[in-house]
Formats: sequence, C-alpha cells, structure tokens
Amino acid sequence: MDIPKSFLGYKRENGRAGTRNHVIILPVDDISNACAEAVSNNIKGTIALPHSYGRLQFGADLELHFRTMIGTGKNPNVAAVIVVGIEPKWTKRIVDAIAKTGKPVEGFSIEGVGDIDTIAKVSKKAQEFSMWASEKQREECPISDLWISVKCGESDTTSGLASNPTVGNLMDKLEPLGVHLCFGETSELTGAENVCAKRGKTKEAQDKFMKTWSSYNDFILKEATNDLSESQPTAGNIAGGLTTIEEKAFGNFQKIGSRKFIDVLEPAEEPCKGKGLYFMDTSSAAAECVTLQAAGGFNIHLFPTGQGNIIGNPIEPVIKLTANPLTAKTMSEHIDLDVSKILSREMNLDQAGDELIKATLKVANGRLTCAEALGHKEFVMTKLYRSA
Amino acid sequence: MAKTDIIIHDKKDNVGVIVVEKVTKGQDCGCWIMENDASNNIKSEAEIPLGHKIALQDFKEGDTIIKYGHDIGKVVKSIKKGDHVHVHNVKTKKW
Repeated sequence: MDIPKSFLGYKRENGRAGTRNHVIILPVDDISNACAEAVSNNIKGTIALPHSYGRLQFGADLELHFRTMIGTGKNPNVAAVIVVGIEPKWTKRIVDAIAKTGKPVEGFSIEGVGDIDTIAKVSKKAQEFSMWASEKQREECPISDLWISVKCGESDTTSGLASNPTVGNLMDKLEPLGVHLCFGETSELTGAENVCAKRGKTKEAQDKFMKTWSSYNDFILKEATNDLSESQPTAGNIAGGLTTIEEKAFGNFQKIGSRKFIDVLEPAEEPCKGKGLYFMDTSSAAAECVTLQAAGGFNIHLFPTGQGNIIGNPIEPVIKLTANPLTAKTMSEHIDLDVSKILSREMNLDQAGDELIKATLKVANGRLTCAEALGHKEFVMTKLYRSA
Repeated sequence: MAKTDIIIHDKKDNVGVIVVEKVTKGQDCGCWIMENDASNNIKSEAEIPLGHKIALQDFKEGDTIIKYGHDIGKVVKSIKKGDHVHVHNVKTKKW
C-alpha cells in the first residue's frame, strides 16, 4: 500500500498539528470541577475535564500534577484553554506555561468570588473561545505531524497473537515517515524487562529503562502484601487465557514491532529528541496511561484490546482494534477495527497493518472513534503518593 | 490451507493458543507455527476455549513454559501433552 503522506489537521501557533479542535475548561483541583462543568454545560463547543486531585500535593507528585495539567492544555488537539482553580497562584502557573504555545488561554480563581460569579465570568470567555475555535479549518499536514501513542487493555492471548503485532506493523511502516511514537505500561513489561531494555537505541536509553522498571518493581515488592496474582494478570486477562505476567508482557511488547526507543520519558513528559519511538513510564491502567500520553503531546491513540476495554480520552481520540472474534461481535460498538481474520489466516499482518493505517488516518482527518461517539472522556490523573 | 485451530508463535514454544471458539476432547487439531510458517497436528486431551493454551508436550512440576520463544512461567502441577495449560497448573516466576 502507498501510505498517504498527509492528513487534514488543525495547524497550531507553535507549529504542531491537532487531529481535534477542542476548547477545554481545565479545573486545577477537585473543588473547581463544579464550576468547570457548569461552564461547559452553559457554553456549547467546550468540554470540562473534571478529576479528583490538585490539593495539598507536594514534591514529585505535585510536579506530575502540573506536568499533566500543562501538557493537556498544550496538546495540539486543544485550540484554546480556560483554567479554573480555587487559588490564583497554581492557576497562573498552569496558564503561563500553556501560553508559551501561543494558543488562547485564560485563568480564573474562585476564592473571594464564589462559584456563581466565576461561572458567569468564565462562561463569557468560554463563549468567545468556542466561537473563535469554530472558525478553524482543517488543512493539509504532513503525516509526520502525527504523534501516535499506544496502550493495550483487557488483553488476552489474541492481543499478543494479532492485534498488538498489527500495531507493531503500523509502527514499522510509519516510523520511517517521521512520526513520533510512544509506548508505556512499566508494570506490564514485567517478565520481558530485559528483552525490552535491549530495544533501547543507546546504552543510555537502555540503562534509563532498567532504572525506571527496577524502581517500579522495588515499589511493588515493598507494598505488595502477598503477590500481584489478583491484579496482574487481571480477571479479564485470565478469562481470555493469559496465565502469567510474563506471558502478558511478551504479548504487550509486540506493539512496538521491531522498533527501538530513543529515550525514556517521565510520566506526562513531552519528548524532545525528535521523531521516533519513546517509552514513557506509566501505570498500566488504561485511562491513567492515555491521560499521561496525551499530556506528553500525543495527538492520536491506538488501543488494541482482547476481551474488550471501552476507554476513551477527552482530547486524544482512542482507536480500538481487536483480534478476538467474540469481542468483535459482542462489543462491536466499541471496536473501530476488527483484525480477527488474522487468526483464521484470511488476513496477514501486513494487510492488517495497512488497514490500521487507513483507520488511523480517517480518525486523524476527523472521523469520530467509537469511544468519542459513545461519550468516553476518561481524564484520570496519576497520583504518586499521599498528599500533605 | 488446512484449518488452523491452534497458533504457535515461535518454533521453540512448548504451548500453543486456541484460535477457534473451542476445541473438544479428542479433537485432531491443526497447528500453525507463525515463525517458520510450518504446520502440524496435535490431539486435544480436554475442551479448551478460544485464547487458552494447549500443551505441546508432557510437563512435570518445575518445568518452564516457553511462549514467544521466552520463559513465561513455571509448571506447578504436571501436564499431559494436549491438556489445557492455565492458572491451575502454571504460575509466574516473578513475585
């Protein structure tokens, strides 16, 4: 297949391109959710991103909170941002960082004003942003403007056999065209960690990966009361035939094809070493992982599933594929691409990879994903430890 | 092409994955090895559902299960060739 060299995206002020054109109302903290949601209810064409944290966090955990907030606002799928927090200081820190992209951003704080007057003020600004963003047109953008993140979920053995290798095939074909790629799931590489580390392009990347994985594993060994058999693999994984974390890890790892990763990113960190594949240190919980990858600047997501994970994200479209013929049948409203014909050998990986490229470009050009049509907007912050 | 009931990732693997809705006890199953595109057959000794694994050889306690050409866990209860391989007879070597 001749891979198209471009897609229709939204060009942003900082040179990036978006596959979506959202105006977001971003609460800094849990107690500002009500205001953000009231505004998005008032003003059409805006979405609120409620979440559970943002108070009394400190140290690395607080830095991750800021990185996630700021990265979400900077993502090229977002046209304009309103930040609402209880206090002005943290709100301003987020606003100032997002403003560096050149996109419209405004901050409001609720303390001393109250919800009702804040909602009125924010609604006026949100209306202005929404109407401004609605004038934006899609333009031709090089395929290298795609930043593709991947994560699998509710995996079973069909994931390792077919849907994950299909994503790997896409990576093998698109990496030479200059796209950015990202995989994560530190915990779910357990058992394949040494094989994965060898995929680092440099000794530095390899060592950084092993350091990241070991730090996670030390934490598990310290906190686990018994073992992780109740959580890894999950009940859904086991029902689908996966027996051990090692088996799950080697299946998971098929998603990167034969690519090598350039660098290891902190959770929600934006890559800065140019095009190619990156590993991001993330949780393996679907919504947490995709939220971090979106905050890292990725603008389209591929999600292979076995037993049928249903996750979506408010700003990064999530494309789901499955190779499990039962899932494709019983949960068809969640599946953007059915590659189960690989298992019956009516389709090979090369063909499946091409189909996935076509599906990805359709969504990049504006076609809604199943998760978008169904209203999935899971925005889930990763929290590293208890608050002060 | 013969019907494929079982897919084996790597020729070093000692288990295969059922890729049809299920195989029944005593069924003569067609296997396809992805790595070298080879085919062979195995008789199933149990009913095994889609996505679950079948033993390609006899195993005794302490043996290692190989899939994707790699170690994916240890045998904790002996397994006969053609039997169902899962959490009741195989455990992780981590944790």
